[in-house]
Amino acid sequence: MANKTPKGRHPGAEHDEISGVQTTGHEWDGLKELDNPAPRWWLIVWIISILFAVGYWIVFPAWPTPAGHTKGVAGWTEYSKLKAEQKEIDQRQGTYLSKLHTMSFDQIRADPAEYAFAKAGGAVVFKENCAACHGTGGEGRKGYPNLNDDDWLFGGRIDDIYHTIQVGSRSTDPDTHATMMPAFGKSGILTPAQIDDAATYVVQLQHGTPAMPTPAWTRGQAVFAANCASCHGEGGGGNRDLGAPRLNDAIWLYGGDKATVIETITNARAGVMPTWKHRLSQDNQRMVAIYVHSLGGGE
Amino acid sequence: MLESHKKLERNSILLLIFAVIAVSVGGIVEIVPLFRVQTTIEPVKGLRPLTPLELAGEDIYIREGCNVCHSQQIRPLRDEVQRYGHYSLAAESMYDHPFVWGSERTGPDLARVGGKYSNTWHMEHLTDPRSVVPESIMPRYDFLARQGLRTWDLPDKMRTLRTVGVPYTQDDIDNALVDVQAQTMPDEDPSGLQKRYGPKVVPQDYGSHDPGGPTEMDALIAYLQQLGTQVDFTAYDPDYELHKSVAPGAAKGGAK
Repeated sequence: MANKTPKGRHPGAEHDEISGVQTTGHEWDGLKELDNPAPRWWLIVWIISILFAVGYWIVFPAWPTPAGHTKGVAGWTEYSKLKAEQKEIDQRQGTYLSKLHTMSFDQIRADPAEYAFAKAGGAVVFKENCAACHGTGGEGRKGYPNLNDDDWLFGGRIDDIYHTIQVGSRSTDPDTHATMMPAFGKSGILTPAQIDDAATYVVQLQHGTPAMPTPAWTRGQAVFAANCASCHGEGGGGNRDLGAPRLNDAIWLYGGDKATVIETITNARAGVMPTWKHRLSQDNQRMVAIYVHSLGGGE
Repeated sequence: MLESHKKLERNSILLLIFAVIAVSVGGIVEIVPLFRVQTTIEPVKGLRPLTPLELAGEDIYIREGCNVCHSQQIRPLRDEVQRYGHYSLAAESMYDHPFVWGSERTGPDLARVGGKYSNTWHMEHLTDPRSVVPESIMPRYDFLARQGLRTWDLPDKMRTLRTVGVPYTQDDIDNALVDVQAQTMPDEDPSGLQKRYGPKVVPQDYGSHDPGGPTEMDALIAYLQQLGTQVDFTAYDPDYELHKSVAPGAAKGGAK
């Protein structure tokens, strides 16, 4: 057994007595390592992998060279893949998209399939971009208008909503809704007593003229007429050209209790909405305008 | 094979020479491509170094570990581009030391969060995330509004960044402390700040209204509000689709 030389082995090399396999000649405390060749199947897979890598270098971008990396014969890039995928989606939405591009808002609303498409797309855009302030259902919060009701600062037609989405409110856009309420208390236009009277009047507005006007209400009426009515309108009807909220309803942006109204008159409010002109695509701006209009308060 | 290798193993000089050759091959493969790294940075318009206030904000971003839960890299995948905007370019983070790309999205990606929300919203959200996003699991960072911003080391930071390639001028560094204040004062003349960092940098009230000067909250919000807003993508990518499909009906106000 010990003298038998297996096929393909060096003659004279040491062989393991039991298996007859050549050893590496290294010994660790009497144990010797067998020098078995790698399994044939493993070797084949290994060689195929090497050939695959060579093919990969030719087809795909791979090696850096002094003149920039190799581009590969397929010309594949992650960016071109993205472009192709986008094209495919645009094609699939083709009919709806081309209608969206050519139809007016009125025409879209009259076309049930197109209207459904625009609302569905708008809902997605709304969740990602608008919900953080206006709430996932457009319900709004203190300082962020509710979009489900019919109380609009700048108008509730789709056109108005679309315009507001484009320019925002006190945003960086040059055409933005930029009107500011003066801080009547902080800048000393009104005394605290006058503000208190005006607040009494404003809180009462939604309930109409009281049957028995208190002296504070009467004084507040005069303060309101002299200072507030120019923007908020005689009787607090509001003015959408200025974005001055309507004050004679039960809908309040910052709160309709007297303390909050006093705070508002004293320090003024200036909510900010960003411009979406450079963030959303035209398609998305139009779709989300249609969606917001459809929430309930659209005019 | 083993027999000839024995010679190598028993001759220390020979072993040293061949070991150096072997290690060099590995080194060359890893290092040489870096000499050409400039070719991977896209030529873009509009990029500027961070203002001192934003720079301080980036340090707070890193200190508070924002990058652990928020990535700053939009991959060129259709759903990401649709959600966050144009995919990130290498050029956009070429002045970042260190990079804050992040590798996990427990919260959303922030690479293009600049201009998406108002300063007030950021203030409310950082103070109590649940007040604006009810399902949020983000911790509160209300203490930032109570901590005055440390500014004395900003010139040193800028000098350090300049040595690693951020193009701060001596003028930028000399005026660092002035510019930090200027960026938070909307009523003051912004010409110096805008001369150094461009007209897009508009001094504003970042939210914490601290009479003692800018707080850490102001710096962080200033940093967030510039993220992803610098590069002009219409100039970089002629196929950029944002404004291509203007609807004729919409432009003229079709619906009444």
